[in-house]
Amino acid sequence: MTTVAAKPATMAQAFGRALRDAMAADPSVHVLGEDVGTLGGVFRVTDGLAKEFGDARCTDTPLAEAGILGTAVGMAMYGLRPVVEMQFDAFAYPGFEQLISHVAKMRNRTRGAMPMPLTVRVPYGGGIGGVEHHSDSSEAYYMATPGLHVVTPATVADAYGLMRAAIASDDPVIVLEPKRLYWSKDSWNPEHPTDVEPIGRAVVRRTGSSATLITYGPSVPVCMEAAEAARAEGWDLEVVDLRSLVPFDDETVSASVRRTGRAVVVHESGGFGGPGGEIAARVTERCFHHLEAPVLRVAGFDIPYPPPMLERHHLPGVDRILDAVARLQWEAGS
Amino acid sequence: MTVMEQRDAYRPTPPPAWQPRTDPAPLLPDAEPFRVLGTDAAAKADARLLHQLYAEVVRGRRYNAQATALTKQGRLAVYPSSTGQEACEVAAALVLEERDWLFPSYRDTLAAVARGLDPVQALTLLRGDWHTGYDPREHRVAPLCTPLATQLPHAVGLAHAARLKGDDVVALAMVGDGGTSEGDFHEALNFAAVWQAPVVFLVQNNGFAISVPLDKQTAAPSLAHKAVGYGMPGRLVDGNDAAAVHEVLAEAVRHARGGGGPTLVEAITYRMEAHTNADDATRYRVDAEVDAWRDHDPILLLERELTDRGLLDEEGIRAVRDDAEKMAADLRERMNQDPVLDPMDLFRDVYAEQTTQLREQAAQLRAELDAEADGTDR
Ligand SMILES: Cc1ncc(C[n+]2csc(CCOP(=O)(O)OP(=O)(O)O)c2C)c(N)n1
Repeated sequence: MTTVAAKPATMAQAFGRALRDAMAADPSVHVLGEDVGTLGGVFRVTDGLAKEFGDARCTDTPLAEAGILGTAVGMAMYGLRPVVEMQFDAFAYPGFEQLISHVAKMRNRTRGAMPMPLTVRVPYGGGIGGVEHHSDSSEAYYMATPGLHVVTPATVADAYGLMRAAIASDDPVIVLEPKRLYWSKDSWNPEHPTDVEPIGRAVVRRTGSSATLITYGPSVPVCMEAAEAARAEGWDLEVVDLRSLVPFDDETVSASVRRTGRAVVVHESGGFGGPGGEIAARVTERCFHHLEAPVLRVAGFDIPYPPPMLERHHLPGVDRILDAVARLQWEAGS
Repeated sequence: MTVMEQRDAYRPTPPPAWQPRTDPAPLLPDAEPFRVLGTDAAAKADARLLHQLYAEVVRGRRYNAQATALTKQGRLAVYPSSTGQEACEVAAALVLEERDWLFPSYRDTLAAVARGLDPVQALTLLRGDWHTGYDPREHRVAPLCTPLATQLPHAVGLAHAARLKGDDVVALAMVGDGGTSEGDFHEALNFAAVWQAPVVFLVQNNGFAISVPLDKQTAAPSLAHKAVGYGMPGRLVDGNDAAAVHEVLAEAVRHARGGGGPTLVEAITYRMEAHTNADDATRYRVDAEVDAWRDHDPILLLERELTDRGLLDEEGIRAVRDDAEKMAADLRERMNQDPVLDPMDLFRDVYAEQTTQLREQAAQLRAELDAEADGTDR
């Protein structure tokens, strides 16, 4: 057998390894998108796939997001499992019609006769100094569309596991790939890729007793850092990494909040109409009697994604998280 | 060196002369739409095929009338009639082999029925009891598509996938004149041509997109001309001439099946009824225009051809009409039965496996339904 991408160590390589292993395991898996072939994708996630599997299975398409998603629908109708790449978060928007009207609904409108085993890879989020249209957090749009699964890994191991699970799923899965973490490494052993994670489970990344930080994707490392920093101020923070936004793991999240009695939701997309509002409402509905304080949100500002030289003011950082944690010392009437 | 001399020294060599990648001449549609009925070409047409087309077109007309009547009785939520366009609908269905796929738009119920779908199941979307009433894989008919032109890239993807698997399957995708202005039309044609996918695009140019006439839709010499820019042949055909539509589509299907790639066919036809039963066509067109098209009715053209050639007599006409009448009576009777719906189906088939959230919501609805049944609801 061919040896692959030497030693996957970064998150980008783990995504690539997952694609490669999925293609090797199942000939119906096809990768398509802009520049995914010869170039290996602008983030090199698909590097080597065209060479190993040929350009019929890893295909450079014309530059057309609706066309990519729309043809992928037809391919799935004929029994293939397409994995499409949207080059950047904000460039997926021309394909929304296909995504919302067909990808998400095909199973339901055909009463189960026509599933859509289609994976949509979307590099998303900021923090890489991109110019405008290269840093959007588009998760709320996908979450608001019934029929789609939405996952977003924060670790190298999860990048592999969730991608394999997404491709194996008989439903369409949006894999939000945190661009900021593409080059992050962790202790993942590339020789023995982890088992496929079931989609829909959150994980406690750090146990704690005084409050829960609920977060996902690019904000997970930031929350881990904040939790370390909070120790000095006497806070023992628990960090829950959602991993899957749809379906949502109410159980893990509620169990954590019931234990700690306090919660802050952290994400970099805007707060108004953003995922945090939904999460805070769910937590409140389920844990009201356990809560010592309102569920707070630390989110990006409700602004178009700012220019690179200003993005650090927009992205929730450790200090903003610690400020919110301090506000959890809630007293009635305050 | 002066600045000007420097500039001249660095002037790059001009690029090589422009060469078209494909000679556009054979791709261009003929100036006149292709016709068979009433021309010398008709003599070569297969009599059995003409008869079949005739019977199907008559059935189609009756089907359209019956479905429209059902909207008046509140049995159908809406019906976009294809009266006047039956030749296109029927030819599109008959030209395909069993293994091929049809990708209809919302107006193409008739094509789906002509392909063999149960007429009641084909009306599920328009009746409002579910979105798609049939298993698309069983008949190889994609769900009737409401958003304009979005089914076209699906046809391309499916045809492409079939070819990758080594199956000689062709996809035929139908779209209206208005739909050709959508971005998905462009993207689908471009993908199909680049991939040489075995697809046939059939544009039914029926004069209007709801109220907007063709000259406000496009400045192209014809919609078939649009093909040339993508590098595929464009063909113009008289859309009321069933034999001509069949022949042009059959040729395009052969071409696609043989590896020749996609074709764009524009069928020039006319929508005789309003856009749907809910539309008022008098606001945007005059009766004289509609009347002019009556002399070019698809049934009339076939009937004239067949009777002139002694292939059809009064009795034959009556037999075909009786058959259509039977189909209509059956449709009427079955549509007059109330569909049995289970509200719990709302939560089925959203995902392969229900999410916890959907399970909770299903339980909520179950409780509401039980309370309703017990008379204990508030
Ligand atoms: C994307 C989209 N925009 C608008 C509509 C609303 N709409 C339904 S039919 C129609 C006109 C379509 O005209 P045409 O493509 O010529 O097809 P025809 O109705 O003549 O068969 C419009 C605007 C729609 N269905 N989809």
